Amino acid sequence: MPLPLPQRLRAIGYRLLQAVPVIFGIIVITFLLTRALPGDPAVYFAGPAADERSIAEIRAQLGLDRPLPVQFWHYLGDLARGDLGTSISTGQPVIHELMTRLPASLELTLAALLFAVLVAVPLGILAATRPDTWVDHLCRFIVTAGVSLPTFFTGLLLVYIFYFLLGWAPPPMGRLDILYLSPERVTGFYLIDAVIAGEYAVWRSAAAHLVLPALTLGLFTLAPIARMTRAAMLQILASDFIRTARAAGLTRRKILIAYAFRNALLPVITTLGMVFSFALGANVLVEKVFAWPGIGSYAVEALVVSDYAAVQGFVLAMALLFVMLNLVIDLTYTLIDPRVRLGD
Amino acid sequence: MTATAPLLAIEDLTVEFATRRGTVRAIEQVSLSITRGETLGVVGESGSGKSVSAYSVLQILDRAGRIAQGSIQFSGMRLDQASERTLLDIRGREISMIFQNPRAALNPIKPVGRQIEDVLLQHTLAARSNVRNEAIKALKAVRIADPEQRYHAYPFELSGGMCQRVVIAIALACRPQLLIADEPTTGLDVTTQKAVMELVVELTHERRMASILITHDLGLAAAYCDRIVVMEQGKIVESAQVSTLFQAPQHPYTQRLLRATPRLDSRIRDLLPEPRPAPVFPPHGPPLLEVRDLVREFPARGQTSAVRAVDSISFTVHQGESLGLVGESGCGKSTTSAMLMRLLDTSSGQILFKGEDIAAVPAARFARHPLRGKLQMVFQDPTDSLNPRWTAERSIADPLLRLSNLSRRQRRLRVQELAERVGLPLNLLGRFPHQLSGGQKSRVGIARAIALDPDLVVLDEPTAALDVSVQAVVLNLLADLRADLGMSYLFITHDLNVVRLICDRVMVMQAGVILEHGSTEQVLSRPEQAYTRTLLAAIPHPPPVQV
Repeated sequence: MPLPLPQRLRAIGYRLLQAVPVIFGIIVITFLLTRALPGDPAVYFAGPAADERSIAEIRAQLGLDRPLPVQFWHYLGDLARGDLGTSISTGQPVIHELMTRLPASLELTLAALLFAVLVAVPLGILAATRPDTWVDHLCRFIVTAGVSLPTFFTGLLLVYIFYFLLGWAPPPMGRLDILYLSPERVTGFYLIDAVIAGEYAVWRSAAAHLVLPALTLGLFTLAPIARMTRAAMLQILASDFIRTARAAGLTRRKILIAYAFRNALLPVITTLGMVFSFALGANVLVEKVFAWPGIGSYAVEALVVSDYAAVQGFVLAMALLFVMLNLVIDLTYTLIDPRVRLGD
Repeated sequence: MTATAPLLAIEDLTVEFATRRGTVRAIEQVSLSITRGETLGVVGESGSGKSVSAYSVLQILDRAGRIAQGSIQFSGMRLDQASERTLLDIRGREISMIFQNPRAALNPIKPVGRQIEDVLLQHTLAARSNVRNEAIKALKAVRIADPEQRYHAYPFELSGGMCQRVVIAIALACRPQLLIADEPTTGLDVTTQKAVMELVVELTHERRMASILITHDLGLAAAYCDRIVVMEQGKIVESAQVSTLFQAPQHPYTQRLLRATPRLDSRIRDLLPEPRPAPVFPPHGPPLLEVRDLVREFPARGQTSAVRAVDSISFTVHQGESLGLVGESGCGKSTTSAMLMRLLDTSSGQILFKGEDIAAVPAARFARHPLRGKLQMVFQDPTDSLNPRWTAERSIADPLLRLSNLSRRQRRLRVQELAERVGLPLNLLGRFPHQLSGGQKSRVGIARAIALDPDLVVLDEPTAALDVSVQAVVLNLLADLRADLGMSYLFITHDLNVVRLICDRVMVMQAGVILEHGSTEQVLSRPEQAYTRTLLAAIPHPPPVQV
């Protein structure tokens, strides 16, 4: 039976507390790794015409001339004040960039996952109920094709067909038509903010811009979800309690959905969590193809120019995101399976 | 006369399975019938086709299975030709089934009450408004205490016996005419087995139902059935009233099966088809293992005090002696064996093995202790206790590799010697576990245990997963090994009939305490404790026979 609410909240609090050392470890490692990267930000920042003296000046200005422990101590102090530093390439505060770009990436990734789940889960169930028939083989073909084609290729193909040939999709240039202003920022998700602001036309434009990149990324993530659904369903359908349900005369539909699928959900949700994390990383290419102002392209650009503050901010944001994601998955577990308890 | 018309009549039924190696006949030309109010036992060993027969009645065979021939009539209806829609109405409403391993037979993430509701709603025997009351009534009917509370319980929160009651409640909720019970008590304790069987008999009688009991246990079938059908390799070899079958078994297979089933007066050689001289054991030597005030505590959830799984037990095993440890699940016998094998640390107490207190050695370090090789174990499940990716030879050689300095050639010879010793044909040494039968796998497990000439072997239910005829052979092998090699046994089991055959002395354990302790003869014939008497009374005994 589920835990009473206060106990559950305490268990959640305990889990969050457990994440603190992990996050501290990540702060240390990213700090050291960015310093170990080749390339000198002071040289980059000073420009090609700079001489020794001006580079040294800039280095002192950026605080890079001090010993590492001191730099780290200052970095920690800034973090505590919520200051992630300023990006040397864009001149904007990192926190500000993350706040605008992260929702863009999340909106894209979540839309892609929604599409993938809606397609892959029914495919997986279908394949599991008819193993080794043409249905099964077809499902395997579709998901294998999805994962084998690189996202930039699928993306370009979709753009070619739906924008260039058919003209159904808007040009692959960001999140909105240039005619529109972005809706007033509440969540950073345009689809949600547009609804809150009551701007129907903006919502339409945002949705239309989202479709192709989400499809591109979604196709890429079909395979693991469909394969896991199929495997989990096959295993559950062979178990004893399904036989009991059949012997009791329950309908096929009831057995498949209420008995088998609910039990198969656990491994599927675990897979979803993993897919979410790799999709968030893999959408750099998609962002590039569709000029999507996401966090992936920001991080890659920052990395190329040794933009310490931006890279560190990006890694930290991802770490926090994954801690939250894992907590959400564990919470979902406890809702589905009475045998799983938080904090055990 | 219509009164004697059979409720279920199976005629010439042949079921085939499509496998990778072509079509396999699981049952062939099976004919049986059962009338209202009758209880029919279907007895056979694994692979005899008894479960397949039951599944074909309800048409819940695997996808690969198919009725190739024959007919199944149920109250005048041809089930083998019925549509899926008709079958949905028959299943659970006219014919129900209960299964072995009741906990796995229930949906793990659905409260048990809701699972009963699903069946009631499916067969429209209750409406949404009153279904909950009906489900609680069904729980009450199978004597589940506090049914309103248990309605919300999940299978993992209930004991095995309680789960089986829930499975019975699901099966009987719609008042079917025929109940098929497929090994309903395998894996349950004897006292639970008795309670479950009595419940089934009482409910089926009360409702004038017919029932089919599928079991490997002749004693169980004799105790609860009117008539018995014996199956071997997919065919019915004999069918008779219980008394006739036990007095004058006709078929050689039935005779072999009856012989192999341990009974009150049987001795170990009686189980074998051919007579052999009784094993001669060397006289018992000095104490080999002395256990003193052994305690193991586990922290309990939500309680301040720890639970004592093993509560201050003391006993002695002499050289060459076989000591039985008997008890029901949860009594602490596995915890005891894990501590003796030094797989688990003790909370307090001493384990003197050959005079040395091995309880003082931490479990994590015992693997390197010089006495480790002298203490070996044979496990309950012969399949799970072998590495699936190792050949029989590799498995037997494992202790030699780890704890001896034999050369490769010497090891090979030793493995061959061991295989001969346990009666494992040498040409099977290169096979993997899945290519061996249950009996062969258990021989591999025994050969592995005796590879280093141990002084004490702990045998944890070594025959529980075996068919009776295989059990007979393995028990005899164990007796021979002890007679020839002079080892001592600690034999852990829930089966008192097996204890009678193989142990000199026996201890009865309950709730972490040894209740009774004495010679096998004395404890099993003149038990002092009420609990021992309950245990003894719960064992179904096949009627005595002259074979």
